[in-house]
Amino acid sequence: MSSLHVVSVKTYVAIFLALMVLTAITVAVAFVDLGPLNNIVMLGIAIAKATLVVLIFMHVRYSTRLIPLIAAGSFFWLLILFGITISDYLTRGWLGAGTPWGH
Amino acid sequence: MSAEATVPEVKPNYLTADHGLKSWLLTLDHKRIGLLYLLGVSFFFLLGGIFAMLIRLELLTPAGDMVQPDTYNRLFTMHGVMMIFFFLIPAIPGILGNFLIPIQIGAKDLAFPKLNLLSWYLFMAGGLATFGAIVTGGLDTGWTFYTPYSSTFSTTAVIPVGLGIFVNGFSGILTGLNFMVTIHRMRAPGMTWFRLPLFVWSHYATSLIQVLGTPVLAITLVLLVLERAFHIGVFDPTRGGDPVLFQHLFWFYSHPAVYIMILPSMAVISELIAAFSRKRIFGYHFVAFSSIAIAVLGFLVWGHHLFVSSQSVYAGTVFSLLTMLVAIPSAVKVFNWSFTLYQGAVSLHTPMLYALGFIGLFMIGGLTGVFLGTLGFDVHVHDTYFVVAHFHYVMVGGTIMGYLGGLHFWWPKITGRMYSEFWSRMSALLVFVGFNLTFFPQFLLGYMGMPRRYHAYPEEWQVLNVLSTAGASVLALGFLLPVAYFFWSLKFGAVAGRNPWGARGLEWETDSPPPTLNFDQAPVVDHEAYNYADDAATPGMKPLSAH
Repeated sequence: MSSLHVVSVKTYVAIFLALMVLTAITVAVAFVDLGPLNNIVMLGIAIAKATLVVLIFMHVRYSTRLIPLIAAGSFFWLLILFGITISDYLTRGWLGAGTPWGH
Repeated sequence: MSAEATVPEVKPNYLTADHGLKSWLLTLDHKRIGLLYLLGVSFFFLLGGIFAMLIRLELLTPAGDMVQPDTYNRLFTMHGVMMIFFFLIPAIPGILGNFLIPIQIGAKDLAFPKLNLLSWYLFMAGGLATFGAIVTGGLDTGWTFYTPYSSTFSTTAVIPVGLGIFVNGFSGILTGLNFMVTIHRMRAPGMTWFRLPLFVWSHYATSLIQVLGTPVLAITLVLLVLERAFHIGVFDPTRGGDPVLFQHLFWFYSHPAVYIMILPSMAVISELIAAFSRKRIFGYHFVAFSSIAIAVLGFLVWGHHLFVSSQSVYAGTVFSLLTMLVAIPSAVKVFNWSFTLYQGAVSLHTPMLYALGFIGLFMIGGLTGVFLGTLGFDVHVHDTYFVVAHFHYVMVGGTIMGYLGGLHFWWPKITGRMYSEFWSRMSALLVFVGFNLTFFPQFLLGYMGMPRRYHAYPEEWQVLNVLSTAGASVLALGFLLPVAYFFWSLKFGAVAGRNPWGARGLEWETDSPPPTLNFDQAPVVDHEAYNYADDAATPGMKPLSAH
């Protein structure tokens, strides 16, 4: 059964080291001013780390197809939360909204 | 001849299989855990009810003369917190869902029995922590915990109550997870997805919301606690935060939470309508998928709580339109239940009275929801009693009617005994009349502009408030009456037999009360749900005395 897939210790150690290296890069980038790129780099690294954890440590890569579907579904829900909330923040200037009583 | 030989052999059931307090507190039996939920939920419902009565007593007269304004703030807050988080959300899934889902799909138990017991302990721990916070001073933020009042200004127990609800949230997440895995993995041979009772479909949809939504509430409460304790600034504009962000996060969970309350109730209603019309539910597939549609669409409408909270006009318009969409699957259900009644052999036993009451009250609650989803109208009645009346029609008129209907329907299965038909019909009548008398005047008050959460009001609104308080008293009587005849039935009630209602479903094919492993032989399913049409020999409901 796929859920009993055994991941070698070597893989775990390799992923752990990768996570540590990515953490070090995150810290290092914090000391360099890249302007708006700072956020993009940091979020990119965070997404890469989360992907490694979900796929390898949480065994999603080795499961039946239903499990990745459910995992993807939960991220899609997160996207709904962020996406629609941000759609409020980005549009507050429209039609004079966000400036109470039209001032 | 030995004494033993003369005693008829009594088959052990889940109630008699084991004895003693320990056998209950450490039980892994989903049916016993359901009864543990019944105890806990009833206790918290009683607390919430006492707060409600105190609110209504204060509002009996226009002057704020019974309690101090601060006390009144605590009363409506604790009423909301207790009723929503510790009664409405856990009641039907915790009690009836736990008891029935494994039996209805032909399983011996839920997929994770230990996790199920843990869910109950988390529920009780969260509830008792919140109860402790009430005893030691209470909370005055409203159940919605809006920032910046909750994060900066309130001097009451925001952190203890927040943590209580946080812990309780995990109970809901684990229950939802348990139901989902059970429904996916533990169906009896032949029990395909489209042979599942609609009770199971609706609980599956509920579980989806619990698993996807509750973590967001947990995160939001943690942020609130961190904001209050350490001023991290997420909700504080002076530190780059935004108080309205709290409302976004809070309602991302708390609006779908309304569907966590109503979907299990709709689950019950589908079973009741089918059983007491002796017909298969009209448009089974539509009703099944309408539950899923409500669960999904329910996540896209939270911004209708923020129409007057500085949310952008664009977002408000989009949320208003999306809110209208939820009316579609809700209407599908109501129309399909009505069509099921059409040409059915309808009998008006107590559970059916509750079901019919549900349809009427949910119609009013749902349609006023469409009013409130309309941007312009909502601005007019926002934070008035119109809103209070609307959500009580959905939550009390919807969820509690379904809860009581379900409890009356499956009580013979749970306990093996029948209750008094006369008194139970009286209680259904009292609940329906008392409920309308309590909450219909509140629509009028709200439309006239009476704001919610105030302990005093102008004198011209007194008549409607007196009606409302009188209705609350009738409603309380309607809730207390079942306690009396349910206890009475345990000792004096007629023995129910396997299937006192002549209903369809695996739960009616096993003993009442069921054995510990639910069935003597593992069931194999070879027919659709609600196969009443197969039963041509007995077209109508048999009178109770025949069983």
